[in-house]
Amino acid sequence: MFSYILRRLWQMLPTMAGVVVLVFLLFNWVGGDPAYILAGKMSNAEAIANIRQQLGVDQPYYVQLGIFVQQIVTFDFGNSWATGEAVSRIIATRLGPSLTVLIPLTILETVFGIALALAIAFVRGSLTDRAVMVACTVGMSVSILVYIIVFQYGFAYKLGLFPVQGWGEHFSDNLLRYAALPILIGLAVSIAPTLRLYRSFVLDEASQDYVRTARAKGLSQTRILWVHVLRNAAIPIITHVMANLPALLIGAFLLERFFGIPGIGREVILAVERSDFPVIKAITVYVAAATMIFNLLADLMYQAVDPRVQLA
Amino acid sequence: MSYQATSPGLWALAWRRLRADKVAMASLAVVAAFLVMLVLSSSGLIVADWEAEVGVSYAPPALFHEDGSGRAAPAPAVAAALPDNPFDPLAAEVAELRAEQGGAAKAARRDTLPFGADKWGHDVIKKAIKGAETSIVVGLVAASLAVSLGTLLGAVSGYYGGLVDDFFNWFYSIFTSIPSILMILTVAAVLQQKGVATIVLILGLTGWTGPYRLIRAEYMKHKGREYVMAADAIGASSWRKMFAHIFPNVSHVALVQLSILVVGFIKAEVILSFLGFGVPVGVVSWGSMLNEAQNELILGKWWQLFAAAFAMALLVTAFSLLTDALRDALDPKLK
Repeated sequence: MFSYILRRLWQMLPTMAGVVVLVFLLFNWVGGDPAYILAGKMSNAEAIANIRQQLGVDQPYYVQLGIFVQQIVTFDFGNSWATGEAVSRIIATRLGPSLTVLIPLTILETVFGIALALAIAFVRGSLTDRAVMVACTVGMSVSILVYIIVFQYGFAYKLGLFPVQGWGEHFSDNLLRYAALPILIGLAVSIAPTLRLYRSFVLDEASQDYVRTARAKGLSQTRILWVHVLRNAAIPIITHVMANLPALLIGAFLLERFFGIPGIGREVILAVERSDFPVIKAITVYVAAATMIFNLLADLMYQAVDPRVQLA
Repeated sequence: MSYQATSPGLWALAWRRLRADKVAMASLAVVAAFLVMLVLSSSGLIVADWEAEVGVSYAPPALFHEDGSGRAAPAPAVAAALPDNPFDPLAAEVAELRAEQGGAAKAARRDTLPFGADKWGHDVIKKAIKGAETSIVVGLVAASLAVSLGTLLGAVSGYYGGLVDDFFNWFYSIFTSIPSILMILTVAAVLQQKGVATIVLILGLTGWTGPYRLIRAEYMKHKGREYVMAADAIGASSWRKMFAHIFPNVSHVALVQLSILVVGFIKAEVILSFLGFGVPVGVVSWGSMLNEAQNELILGKWWQLFAAAFAMALLVTAFSLLTDALRDALDPKLK
């Protein structure tokens, strides 16, 4: 087990190195000279030279790459170009609000997704099944923007059930008051694709021999689905949930932006709008690292779910 | 079994299966209608006058007036009598400008339009058709780019194997470890240029990973088959074996990937344009319409939101259903 984890971490190194080089090339080579962005419109040659020297852009590329690697390893990306706040502090303070929305959303989405998928698989091929699948396709076709605009207008602005936007100081206040509508919208948007996917996972299992055996020995359909099928369908579901967690951190940017939630996603949008390169660079590198680590965690969880899986 | 001179090929069989599927044919008709509309509007045959200010500002939709007034629009009647948005700080200036424009244009403005008008009095249905042009072109071109790139890399990777395969797999793992939306935003931040070509490049260069993985697997499967060995025996070059011999046999995978990506990219373009990272100011797309509609909704002017959202939902639903049917028709093993 321990040696497996070590080996997997070792295998991540070339990919991580690739991510670092890719991000470096994007920002330092494709992006052009950042001194011109920083100096703004009122720039003169001297100011630009000064900024270039501060950023190390006047150094050769391999030295700049070295500086970037050092920044990643020491978690010190300097300060935001737009606000002067330390990048590490920005990430640390924005993570909390993002997770306040994302963790309940992920839990609800998974639980509802599994329950509905099992219920739909129970009546597979029927008119209900087909109607739900078509409804899912239609639901997925409406832009997430429309969901957010309409729900925010309807539930928050017109009916006043939720605050239109904002974020408070206390965790419980944030979770129950401010995050409630974003979570609800996130659920409405994500349930259709999740249900379609989980249904296919469940149906893959439902035609297996062990299901026929379980049925032959007289088990109830509920028990077959919830105990036998679910345990086997859990592996692709875990992969899906774990692989999507880091992406969701960014993917919720529209919710965070519309509802004024000071999270990572909104920070990315702000950084793109303001050409705040250190913030984008830091978030990209750390999200990539998180994606790889979560993939490893998913593989480790397989063994807990399915004893047949050998981590070799 | 009766003798057939030529046995039907993959595409003929797939078309036969598709023809039998009513939902698929209906979806195909909708998608085809959108494409015809796209050709007509880009060649200027229809909606060339979408920028004409045919109605008063926020002219309410006459077709939905009856049920619309009771539901979301609080005062379409007031809006008709009072052409300008009462919350508009520039209302006075706008009125002045309109007066200067002369009586002819003013007389032509209508109080209501069948589907309503936006802030400038543009017919929202024409605007939605014009917006469809941008959104669909971006989706189609970017998806073609992504699938071409994915196919090329996947073919080389799967056909040659070995070190070449290792290299491209490394490349693939780099791109997949960065979530696609973050990748898109990062590239948008770096490029600093707005424009249709920029979005196409961003989406095309970040979306190749899905087709790559599938095409690579197909090439690995096909390269050892007898027909490839036969091509090898008659002296076909590697390039010729890859694209003249193997590709026609795996092109259905590319086609299904293409239609999946078109749907994804149309949605992505709408979000990017909404955020202001997409189409430049002055170009209308569904995303830019939704951006305007967001503020209009607070004033009770729901028709632009409805036009853009409905047009997009219709196309994307039809395209998704067609994609599903296409996958079933081209790969009958998969059910």
